[in-house]
Amino acid sequence: MDALVPRQDRAKDRGGPAQPLLLAEGLRKHFPVMGGLLGRTTKVVRAVDDLSLSVAKGETLGVVGESGCGKSTVARLLIRLLKPDKGTMVLDGDPVDEPHGITVAELRRQVQMVFQDSYASLNPRLTIAETLAFAPKAHGLPASEARERVRDLLAKVGLEPDTYMERYPHELSGGQRQRVNIARALALRPRLVILDEAVSALDKSVEAQVLNMLVDLKDELGLTYLFISHDLNVVQYLSDRVLVMYLGKIVELGSVEAIYGNPQHPYTRALLSARPSMDPRKRTKEAPIQGDPPNPIDPPSGCRFRTRCPFAEDVCARLEPQLADTRAQAVACHMRVAGSGHSKAAAP
Amino acid sequence: MLLYALRRLIYLVPVAFGVSLLVFALVHLAPGDPISAIVPPDAPQEVVDKLKEYYGFDKPLPVQYLRWLAVTLTGDFGTSIGTGRPVATEVASAFGNTIILAISATTLAFSLAIFLGTAAAYAKTRIVDRLVTLISLVGVSVPHFWLAIVLVIIFSVELGMLPPMGLGPENATGWRLDWPHIQHMILPTIALSVIPLGVMTRTVRATIKDILNAEFVTALQAKGMNDRQILFHVLKNAAPTCLAVMGLQAGNLIGGSILIETVFAWPGTGFLLNSAIFRRDLPILQGTTLVLAFFFMMLNLTVDVIQTMVDPRIKRG
Amino acid sequence: MAIQSPSLDIAGTAPLGAALTPVSRGYWQSVRRRLGRDPVTLICGAVLLLIVTSAVFAPLLGLADPYKTSMIRRLYPLGSPNFLLGTDELGRDMFSRLIYGGRLSLFMGVTPVACALLIGGSLGIAAGFSGGWVNMMIMRIMDVFYAFPSVLLAISLSGAMGAGAENTLLALTLVFIPPICRVSESVTTQVRGFDFVDAARASGAGALTIVRVHVLGNVLGPILVYATSLISVAIILAAGLSFLGLGVKPPEPEWGLMLNTLRQAIYVNPVLAALPGVMIFITSICFNLMSDGLRAAMDVKA
Repeated sequence: MDALVPRQDRAKDRGGPAQPLLLAEGLRKHFPVMGGLLGRTTKVVRAVDDLSLSVAKGETLGVVGESGCGKSTVARLLIRLLKPDKGTMVLDGDPVDEPHGITVAELRRQVQMVFQDSYASLNPRLTIAETLAFAPKAHGLPASEARERVRDLLAKVGLEPDTYMERYPHELSGGQRQRVNIARALALRPRLVILDEAVSALDKSVEAQVLNMLVDLKDELGLTYLFISHDLNVVQYLSDRVLVMYLGKIVELGSVEAIYGNPQHPYTRALLSARPSMDPRKRTKEAPIQGDPPNPIDPPSGCRFRTRCPFAEDVCARLEPQLADTRAQAVACHMRVAGSGHSKAAAP
Repeated sequence: MLLYALRRLIYLVPVAFGVSLLVFALVHLAPGDPISAIVPPDAPQEVVDKLKEYYGFDKPLPVQYLRWLAVTLTGDFGTSIGTGRPVATEVASAFGNTIILAISATTLAFSLAIFLGTAAAYAKTRIVDRLVTLISLVGVSVPHFWLAIVLVIIFSVELGMLPPMGLGPENATGWRLDWPHIQHMILPTIALSVIPLGVMTRTVRATIKDILNAEFVTALQAKGMNDRQILFHVLKNAAPTCLAVMGLQAGNLIGGSILIETVFAWPGTGFLLNSAIFRRDLPILQGTTLVLAFFFMMLNLTVDVIQTMVDPRIKRG
Repeated sequence: MAIQSPSLDIAGTAPLGAALTPVSRGYWQSVRRRLGRDPVTLICGAVLLLIVTSAVFAPLLGLADPYKTSMIRRLYPLGSPNFLLGTDELGRDMFSRLIYGGRLSLFMGVTPVACALLIGGSLGIAAGFSGGWVNMMIMRIMDVFYAFPSVLLAISLSGAMGAGAENTLLALTLVFIPPICRVSESVTTQVRGFDFVDAARASGAGALTIVRVHVLGNVLGPILVYATSLISVAIILAAGLSFLGLGVKPPEPEWGLMLNTLRQAIYVNPVLAALPGVMIFITSICFNLMSDGLRAAMDVKA
């Protein structure tokens, strides 16, 4: 594949392995809700609220959380399908969309995304070859070379090029379509691929095959993944680090071993304990999480999780816990901060 | 609900502003000087200038517009060039006649359409469905002014059963509810109702068919409801869609009655508009257009609000 | 919408291709195939083709001069020798005038829809794809035109501008822009919501490229179907304007105008007086049925 890609088409590693590939600082996205007599903005949905994250080169960062917690908004912010209200992004040392940085178009060449709905994310009127050739052609690749690249991409995702190039999306199965979507995301040779619930809609057996393919592709092409899913098992299987979101905020962040082996935040614990287990000895002992997440239009004061937290105290309503480092992981919970005022917190 | 209606009303303000601008522009779309319609071509220049000044045509357009708008907002639409009577009076009496015809035509069209559409959707045999589909196809395809002529040929010329034109007997002034007047209404009503009949039959049939295919109908059947009880549920669900189309059709019928009114010499807004065009009576043209557009806007607003009231799926706060 | 719900995912990654037929059909191919199997649409198409070609090639058909008047042979009935469909109020050959009349009547009906399709379609797609204030501006202007019943708008506009074919065309185009724009806007907004448009945007392609490759193919079908359904309305409306004396001027042969001038003959020769309307009716019914057939073949919901 490398030989087929023009030199200027390949993004080079610039800052070395220690520099994060993507750094986001204080991202915020609020969606206005129209209402009132004159249809003015009366309320906002706080989909993502001052969220910072960094993705290291070559890692897979998993993002988990209930539906509606802002996972997909984060994905769309990172690839700038949505414009953040606030916050900065840095791609391998280059600020994005700033005077001395790189443009959004350049960001999109290096960061690509795979969407959840395999059908809606393919244009029903285009053949697979046309869909895959769209981005390379838009970036100026001649038609014949684009066609070669399409063949190459299809082979990479395990679809026989001659069989599939001239097919239409409705002639493919869900798993095959999602492979095409992955191929499309790889068409510009990105460095970071955001997988937004990319395997969630697939049958379990198909899901496993696609997951294995993703692992292989990552090794082969030296990719970095941001893997968004509500499925804790899949995230555990694929990720190096895991980020737990609740109502537009990060509540816990750490290595996959730390998050799954020693979760600190009550929300993470509740999520993990709600996981079905085949092993009766591993049955949940903690109370499962109750009710639905609160309305993101009016999130609770202080800690956003307190309305569903069994350990909530006065301090949780007063103060918003900050994401604090505790050894291998970072937790946003007053119980884990010494001297926070929570009865379960350690003495200062 | 009240809030929604109010918001829609406020939203209409900029639209109404645009409408007034367009109606004002009508005069200036006319070829030549608007004054040339009033004065004979050989009028001396100073008379023309005097008249221009009198009507305000010597001012720049924005000033003219604002002056016109200010006067119009007080309900003064100017004076008819043809008759010398106030435009408001002329339009008001014509509008009443148009509404009378519109009410009878919509009543005929909608009741027949609901019956035919429902029958077709429920039809067990294909023939009924086909027949109704054909009727609605003819309704939307037939040039209604031609149908009016054909009706006159058949019922007035050949059979001599019904009067071919006019609002009522020759010496009558204004409309009254008696047999001679109703006789005069029959043909225009039929001619005017064909288009809404065609459109509504289609809509009713399609909507009810859709609903009959919905799962909840199967559930009602499974619950053991009889056909009549189910029909009630079906009609209730079909109402919002049908109502929306009805509103639009009723409005279009009033706008479209101009051709029918011309054929039957029915003294309504259409007839007035038509004669105003040929007399180049621009104030009447403006006034009639403005009143009809305003009525159409209000009708749409009303239908919209009623639709929200009957349709629980639409929640507009 | 033209986009179907996802089909059932039966097989996983097994080489399904071998089981499927090797021929893969595109959307337009299947539309053509479905149209070919629809007898009603085919018949209507044939009738329209006959009317259109005979109108276009009227001068080559060896017909009587449609303008030649005669004071002697006025209002001959149908079936008169040499005058198959009789003569009109000025003694002109009706058959010839009906054929020639198709030229203006069809032209006056189709042209405004075509112009409105171009203008309204572009505006609607632009509004739908841009969203935001561009959408606001365009759609609010359309709302102003929507505040008028369409017939009233057409008559007031052409009434103000004065009689004549050009003014009628202009007025009718203005009448049809708003509805086409609204339909275009709504389907484009729908298509824009699909992930494949987001994916295209994420690939860094320009807006025009995305519209050309990803939006047009998905919105053109529904917009086209809607526009064809307006042709019959446009033909009736154009004829109506001429009938009122606002469109084509005498002595041009045009169906609406012919209906008008023959009105004085309804007591003498009623069948003759109704003939031009029959032509309008046939044409309009054929366009309506064609549009229905197209809608079905293109799988577009009403």
